Amino acid sequence: MPTKEIAGTTIDVTEEGFLTDRSQWSRDLAGALATEEGIELTDEHWKVIDFITADFQEKQAVPGMRRMNKVGGIPTKDLYRLFPNGPIKKAARISGFPKPASCV
Amino acid sequence: MKKVLILGAGTAGTIMANTLSRKAGKEWDITIIDQAEEHYYQPGFLFMPFEVYTEKDVVKRRQKFLPSRAEYKQAKLDRILPDENKVLLEGGAEEKYDILIISTGCGVAPDEVEGMTGSDWGKKSHDFYTFEGASKLTNAMKNWEGGRLVINIAEMPIKCPVAPLEFAFLADWYLTKKGVRDKTEIVYVTPLSGAFTKPIASAILNHLLEEKQINVVQDFSIGEVDNESHKIVSWDQREVEYDMLVAVPPNMGDELIERSDMGDELNFVPTNRDTMQAKAADNIFVIGDATDLPTSKAGSVAHFEAEVLTGNILSYMKEEEMEERFDGHANCFIESGFGKGFLLDFNYEQEPVPGHFPFPHVGPFGLLSQTRINHIGKLAFKYIYWHMLLKGYPIPFVDHKMSYMGKKVARTVS
Ligand SMILES: Cc1cc2nc3c(=O)[nH]c(=O)nc-3n(C[C@H](O)[C@H](O)[C@H](O)COP(=O)(O)OP(=O)(O)OC[C@H]3O[C@@H](n4cnc5c(N)ncnc54)[C@H](O)[C@@H]3O)c2cc1C
Repeated sequence: MPTKEIAGTTIDVTEEGFLTDRSQWSRDLAGALATEEGIELTDEHWKVIDFITADFQEKQAVPGMRRMNKVGGIPTKDLYRLFPNGPIKKAARISGFPKPASCV
Repeated sequence: MKKVLILGAGTAGTIMANTLSRKAGKEWDITIIDQAEEHYYQPGFLFMPFEVYTEKDVVKRRQKFLPSRAEYKQAKLDRILPDENKVLLEGGAEEKYDILIISTGCGVAPDEVEGMTGSDWGKKSHDFYTFEGASKLTNAMKNWEGGRLVINIAEMPIKCPVAPLEFAFLADWYLTKKGVRDKTEIVYVTPLSGAFTKPIASAILNHLLEEKQINVVQDFSIGEVDNESHKIVSWDQREVEYDMLVAVPPNMGDELIERSDMGDELNFVPTNRDTMQAKAADNIFVIGDATDLPTSKAGSVAHFEAEVLTGNILSYMKEEEMEERFDGHANCFIESGFGKGFLLDFNYEQEPVPGHFPFPHVGPFGLLSQTRINHIGKLAFKYIYWHMLLKGYPIPFVDHKMSYMGKKVARTVS
């Protein structure tokens, strides 16, 4: 597994840049990962990240779009505005979780 | 007397009624409830628009397939009250149970996509996941003279996740046969980043799409159907125009599950992936498309699950440890047109890989390779479905536990 220098620390990531050890995640790191995606984190972004974090603890999986809408109360339109081009994947990476497994 | 109550007499419910009738102790009553008189062979819907199957192939009277030991009731289910061990039927009647099996499947929810049931619905836009949809689409395909045919999956998961791809392959074949393929552009629009959810199968199927000159638009998450200008629009504002849209709407569990407050955001019931018990209560079991398990929603899967679930319920009845474990085994034939087909065999852990099935080196079925016998296997599935699968008889040589024999699995060195 590759490692990567970012925000003054070294993190373990997959080929696609997803953290493999969530304990290495921090709010600062999230900011740095977001910058790589050209995103500056605002309160709205944090609402999404916090929901993913809480939901992951419950379900051991990154929530899909519909779960974000229905359970998280975050409309799809907003997700595309906040995390353009593949919102779930991007939000998951910034939140320090694995790449969402596509459903079977 | 104690009672097992089965909700839904589709593929999974019918199998369970049959196996439990043969195996459950005499002190158990079995009741099964469904809302409709007809049992549909849903895999046949795929073949109707290409005039391979007609109504008589896919519709039969439900009761013909249910055992005499089980009492069949026709009613719409209103809600489950797990704390009271009872189920309410529409119209006020109620049914008590000692063991409940939820097998209410899933259906399409076109209203979940803005504009999908607009003025084009049933005219320029169709679905083939319902009998009515497939019937209308059959006429539309007959009268098709050319243009852009767009096949779109709204979101995953869907039942039989390869069916839309098969539709594309069969359309290529059917329109070639009709002499209008050269006037038709076939576009396959998917929310995935490739043809299938699993990498090796996806690579092989992508190649086949290319060979058949079927254009693929990937990572497309539909936001809206624009009925005025006949196009589908993604959330990130990409557009695909259509002359005919073959839509696969979101698939959701029945509203009964929502009314009972027992489902996730798609009304699928959270289920223990090993024992198949509902997470909500020990005496409730879930099988088939109604579960939230991470395997394909398919009739073949329901059949494998039924073997496990029958064992577990018999143990539960005797207050013994449940020993059967479901491994997510799925086995599906993919029709690829021109009399050929593929076979995929996989489970929770192992993605589909090339090889032979069920016997190593011999087959007769080729895993992930395009052969004529796979196509015959797919058509034979109809016979197997009506005559063996619904009865809950084991399918020869195919176990509910996936076999690694004959599979070309890359060994990882750790
Ligand atoms: C186009 C298409 C192609 C397919 N191709 C294949 C294939 O090639 N191979 C394969 O293995 N599978 C295939 N499948 C999938 C397969 O048909 C399903 O996975 C299977 O039928 C699931 O069985 P089930 O018992 O879970 O649900 P179902 O068979 O759908 O049964 C659910 C039953 O519950 C009843 N019900 C639901 N809600 C209520 C209520 N509130 N009150 C009363 N009754 C209710 C319904 O009337 C229905 O009879 C295909 C499906 C489609 C649509």
